[in-house]
Amino acid sequence: MSSAIAPKLSGAAAHPIRSYPKFLWWGLGQATNGGLLFYLWMFVLTAIALVGANAWAVQVANGMIVTNMTDHVSWGLYIANFTFMVGVAAGGVMMVIPAYLYHDKKMHDVVIIGEMLAIAAIVMCLLFVVADLGRPERFWHLIPGIGRFNWPMSMLTWDVIVLNGYLLLNLHICGYLLYMRFLDRQPNNWWYVPFVWASVFWAISIHTVTAFLYCGLGGRPFWNTALLAPRFLASAFVAGPAFILILFAIIQRVTGEKIDDGPRRLLINIIRVTVVVNLLMVVSEVFTEFYTGGGHTASARYLFLGLHGHNALVPWIWTAMAFNVVSAGLFLSPLVMRYSTVLIVACVLAFIGAWIEKGMGLIVPGFIPSTLHEIVEYTPSLAEWKISAGIWALGLMVLTILLKMSMAVISTSSKPAMPENL
Amino acid sequence: MPILNQPPTRRTALKAAGAALGLAAFGKAISPLWSIPENVSTDEFLQQHYKELTDEDKRKVFERLEAETKELHGASVTISDPKPIPGVRYGYAINLSKCNGNGACMEACNKENNHHRGVDQSYIRVLEMSKGSMDMEEGNTTYDHTVPQDDKYYMPVQCQQCDNPPCVTVCPVEATWKEDDGIVVVDYNWCIGCRYCEAACPYHARRFNWEEPEIPSDEVNPDQGYLSNRIRPQGTMEKCHFCLHRTREGRLPACLEACPTGARMFGDLNDPDSDINWVLKNKRVFVLKEDLGTQPSFFYFFDS
Repeated sequence: MSSAIAPKLSGAAAHPIRSYPKFLWWGLGQATNGGLLFYLWMFVLTAIALVGANAWAVQVANGMIVTNMTDHVSWGLYIANFTFMVGVAAGGVMMVIPAYLYHDKKMHDVVIIGEMLAIAAIVMCLLFVVADLGRPERFWHLIPGIGRFNWPMSMLTWDVIVLNGYLLLNLHICGYLLYMRFLDRQPNNWWYVPFVWASVFWAISIHTVTAFLYCGLGGRPFWNTALLAPRFLASAFVAGPAFILILFAIIQRVTGEKIDDGPRRLLINIIRVTVVVNLLMVVSEVFTEFYTGGGHTASARYLFLGLHGHNALVPWIWTAMAFNVVSAGLFLSPLVMRYSTVLIVACVLAFIGAWIEKGMGLIVPGFIPSTLHEIVEYTPSLAEWKISAGIWALGLMVLTILLKMSMAVISTSSKPAMPENL
Repeated sequence: MPILNQPPTRRTALKAAGAALGLAAFGKAISPLWSIPENVSTDEFLQQHYKELTDEDKRKVFERLEAETKELHGASVTISDPKPIPGVRYGYAINLSKCNGNGACMEACNKENNHHRGVDQSYIRVLEMSKGSMDMEEGNTTYDHTVPQDDKYYMPVQCQQCDNPPCVTVCPVEATWKEDDGIVVVDYNWCIGCRYCEAACPYHARRFNWEEPEIPSDEVNPDQGYLSNRIRPQGTMEKCHFCLHRTREGRLPACLEACPTGARMFGDLNDPDSDINWVLKNKRVFVLKEDLGTQPSFFYFFDS
């Protein structure tokens, strides 16, 4: 953030509303300043995002036939990534709860990081949903008022509301707090504290509603379990904080600024609980699936052991299981507190483990075998990989820009990121 | 150009150049999208939900669709919009003792409903089941040997036109709904292609148009209904509609007419003298996956 020396608007003269676009423009200018490494990073991300954009344009022009999805497996890599990213977005709020619920002041300077992660993750979620639509130009049918919004019956309409609502909430909270700090003014509690509380409950709701999307389907026994929403939340509260811990390490390395140890310890302690709860719930599900046997076990059998010679997902899920168990062991050991390398390894394993388990390991086996018990396997096509990689790259670009903007504000301000009189 | 308080340095100039390059590359990357205006007309883009169309709107829409079919498939067709007959509620039954798995119903469905020829599909799947088992896991839909086999029986499955249809519940844009005569239909011009209904259906009864449908012009069935067998646009969902363009005019579904064994029975559940009511009164019928509470209007029975 050494380059954050551009003159700011003079605090006293600035008009609180008219200056906001100027603030955004200034932030964007700051966010696009950096060293060679930064430009290289953004260049690579841009290149991947462009490949994804091109693949998506080809998909829209030629239709969903460019994917490997079928009538049997009608949701694939896009919805798998969508489901996982909802979890990351919900997990981002894990920084907000301690900061506000327990008045933990040390969290205040880093809570913005969690919210920025949530914004980037939700943007990715929305893009993954758009990528999965057969007729994206008809998206306006989903807009309440001008389309026909099947609310409250369809869980998908609930998801549209909670995801967009969560995005707006986080944009408002981050935008307002950073702007006030930019103006060197004290934030007005009325303008953001109610929204912070709303966002805490909202974070839970986005992942619950996303789980209801699947567990409400009686015809898909693999998903039709009441444990799905709690399982989603538990793994989200592993994956989200794990990603934030990785971000801490990167920020510390890139900016040279020391991030306080408190938030790091707190996140590790959160993961220590949720990782165990998550494993316990996985064991419970596996037990009920396999101990009784019968037709309901077919999907689980396909996922873990293979079914009638079909076993495309077996290596994936066992990789995920191994990653989850090893990362749980590492998180529970004292090593994660002592060695940052161990912590990063544990976080990466947990993140990838959750990605496989909540993505391909959850969505695809729900369709195999099909409702008439036919087995049609699925592997994503190149187009699907390109589009997914493009969305990830775009998400990381958004995250990078948001983080750089907030750090530019924080490093040029004399005030703390959050008011302390909560 | 003074970029707000930032001195016009080499860095800002480079940034502007980078942004311009990036935008140009983005424009190039999404250039395949420029073909959309050719495929989707403004009228089609702005078309309202079926239930909001006036008779005049419908006339225009049908004319447009007929012209498009002429242009794209080289066939002259008439698109009609038969309404449910008041007081009629349709039911379908299959005599599993008679069905011998010959697949004539699937072929007839493919032709009647203008299915894309490339995928050889229909709204019906016939499961070859082992005698002595009702377990669909023992079934097979891809058999290619002579039928019937001695140790097998055959179970056709298509849309069950449920009274409590999960596909309708989950649709986020009300593109699919249940009509008064019990037929679940899709507005192919309103569906956004999210495939949630396909995930929700316990009977594998829905099909997605992954490809642009191709049908030789001389094979296009010109007798088309807006909510039934007209050629479906790519990227939308479709399903069995009990051939409503036929049945609402007093004719029988194409699959029933094609069945050489007489295994299929169709009729008005509200008419005490209909074939379907004779079956319900005299046979011990069952429905598929009754435990899911979908309440199908599609029944199965054995003669003996």
